[in-house]
Amino acid sequence: MKKANQVIITDRKMWKDYVLLSLKSPQIASKALPGQFIMIRITPHSYPLLRRPFSIHAVEGESIAIFFQKSGIGTNILGLRKIGEMLDILGPLGNGFGLKGDFSHKKTVLIGGGRGIAPLFFLANSLADRKAEIRTFYGGKTSYDLPLKENFEANGLKVFCSTEDGSLGYKGLITDYFNLEMRQFRPDRIFACGPDAMLKTIADIAAIENIPAELSLESIMGCGIGACWGCVKRLKKDGVTGWFRICQEGPVIPADQIIWAEKDK
Amino acid sequence: MTDLSIDLGFMKLKNPVIAASGTFGYGIEFAPFIDLNHLGGFIVKGLYYSSREGNPPPRLVETSSGLINAIGLQGIGVKRFSEEILPCLIDYDTSIIINVCGEHEDEYAAVVDLLNHQPGISAYELNISCPNVKKDGKCPALDPETTYSVVKLVKKSSTRPIITKLSPNVTDITEIAFSAQEAGSDAVSLVNTFLAMAIDPNTRKPKLANILGGLSGPAIKPIALRMVYQAAGRLKIPVIGMGGICTGGDALEFLIAGARAVEIGTANFIDPEATVKIIDELDNFCRERKIGKLETIIGTMK
Ligand SMILES: Cc1cc2nc3c(=O)[nH]c(=O)nc-3n(C[C@H](O)[C@H](O)[C@H](O)COP(=O)(O)OP(=O)(O)OC[C@H]3O[C@@H](n4cnc5c(N)ncnc54)[C@H](O)[C@@H]3O)c2cc1C
Ligand SMILES: Cc1cc2nc3c(=O)[nH]c(=O)nc-3n(C[C@H](O)[C@H](O)[C@H](O)COP(=O)(O)O)c2cc1C
Ligand code: FES
Repeated sequence: MKKANQVIITDRKMWKDYVLLSLKSPQIASKALPGQFIMIRITPHSYPLLRRPFSIHAVEGESIAIFFQKSGIGTNILGLRKIGEMLDILGPLGNGFGLKGDFSHKKTVLIGGGRGIAPLFFLANSLADRKAEIRTFYGGKTSYDLPLKENFEANGLKVFCSTEDGSLGYKGLITDYFNLEMRQFRPDRIFACGPDAMLKTIADIAAIENIPAELSLESIMGCGIGACWGCVKRLKKDGVTGWFRICQEGPVIPADQIIWAEKDK
Repeated sequence: MTDLSIDLGFMKLKNPVIAASGTFGYGIEFAPFIDLNHLGGFIVKGLYYSSREGNPPPRLVETSSGLINAIGLQGIGVKRFSEEILPCLIDYDTSIIINVCGEHEDEYAAVVDLLNHQPGISAYELNISCPNVKKDGKCPALDPETTYSVVKLVKKSSTRPIITKLSPNVTDITEIAFSAQEAGSDAVSLVNTFLAMAIDPNTRKPKLANILGGLSGPAIKPIALRMVYQAAGRLKIPVIGMGGICTGGDALEFLIAGARAVEIGTANFIDPEATVKIIDELDNFCRERKIGKLETIIGTMK
């Protein structure tokens, strides 16, 4: 039986708005795939009530890590949890990025916007093991939004940074930077995670350039296990257009299956 | 061993804990997490005759100890359900209850007609109380006459017991509950969700695309308990209670108030094992107090 588990927080790193927690969970570490997520219970009490979804950011030995942005009540409380405390987690959940086939020497671009970088670290390390030629694009509003730059570089991964205020790297949107760089490095595959507007732009570029792209979507999740039907996005899958559950069909969805909402256009 | 079984008259339950409709998928979603055979029963997600698209997202918003949902009963329709899902369920040794929905009276009857021929179903729960289907939250359970006429019609078509699921969005719950009883309902279950909303003050936009939704979870428990208490006091038929139950202690409150069984809803989202944990907690409660039969506690408020 799958079960929610109490796991111990073994490490914590904090930045202004972001937190990285390491959790000892041999059970999840042994099974997790890049792009999968876990549901974390913020408190054993009734407020905040629902679990919150977080991508698996890294797997190291018997530990997993999550990397999150403090963006509301739940993530702020989670940011206060200390090393040695226990967390109630459920996972791994969802499908993960499509990593079938040969990635050896394949040009692969990863694009993360803000907290969307979270699943891409695990992915980049996996792709590096498969000898892919990887470039990671990492964008944020300011340099404070790019705390993981050094972690990528420490693992020998090339990072192309952008900030909207120009405080670090290219000044402007990460999608513009990517579009510019694509002239020298046209990827065979694109993987991305971030705000919907960013993902929509990437889907458009991928469609024009005819490059397969997989996007990790966010959605408000009631359960993470397919029971509430709250997490839907509009997809066209196998000829069927409708509301699909992101916790079941995703969170990673091929870009050409996504039907974007008006507000993202 | 404590005897946790409950006799509803028309149906016997292993224990009083039933997973509530719309919070338990079609049941099979929970098979990786719990042994479904341990449950008193489970109620599948609401079924219309035809498939339904559901509402656009956002469909959920969390509020203080509560959840507002406006799923809009997205679902595959009763035909596909009985062909694709029901065969996977019928071997479970638990009471399987179908939540029956309809745009109009005839659709309820059509769903029941189709299911009457299928094996493995213990009862129908008539969902006349979903606030998320009509834009203004209207549903048959807001009016005693409409309640009477839907229940009467479905009861006529049904070969199985009918549990009428009531809405809390009424002035006097006992009046509607009484109508359901007079129309021949075998039991009532209450409460469905409370019509509710939330607004983002920064954007001044509603937090749900549907604007209105239904509030569930611990936030509604005291009001739900009051309604169950009032309904149980007025009716001869069994009352099944729900609203915010998360623990054995919560379930006991409803039983003591007069409910003969309980349904567990939102708690399934927080912990997929919530139902079986609640059953264990009821068992422990009885053992610690040397209560041999849980049923003896029903309606015993001092
Ligand atoms: C599959 C998946 C993986 C995710 N992985 C990460 C991750 O690795 N790191 C990270 O920082 N964030 C991640 N998120 C987003 C994260 O779950 C939300 O930021 C978090 O749930 C907000 O909780 P809160 O209590 O702090 O916010 P709340 O106080 O509940 O709400 C604050 C704001 O966040 C929005 N929000 C609420 N829930 C979600 C949600 N599930 N997704 C997006 N926005 C939401 C609300 O609409 C509101 O505007 C992921 C989301 C999904 C669906
Ligand atoms: C996401 C969601 C979907 C629901 N869908 C249904 C449904 O299909 N049919 C129904 O009768 N009730 C439905 N309900 C209502 C629940 O069955 C239950 O009556 C209500 O949530 C109160 O119980 P709770 O506080 O334990 O969740 C739904 C509730 C939620 C939260
Ligand atoms: S989060 Fe509940 S169905 Fe996806």
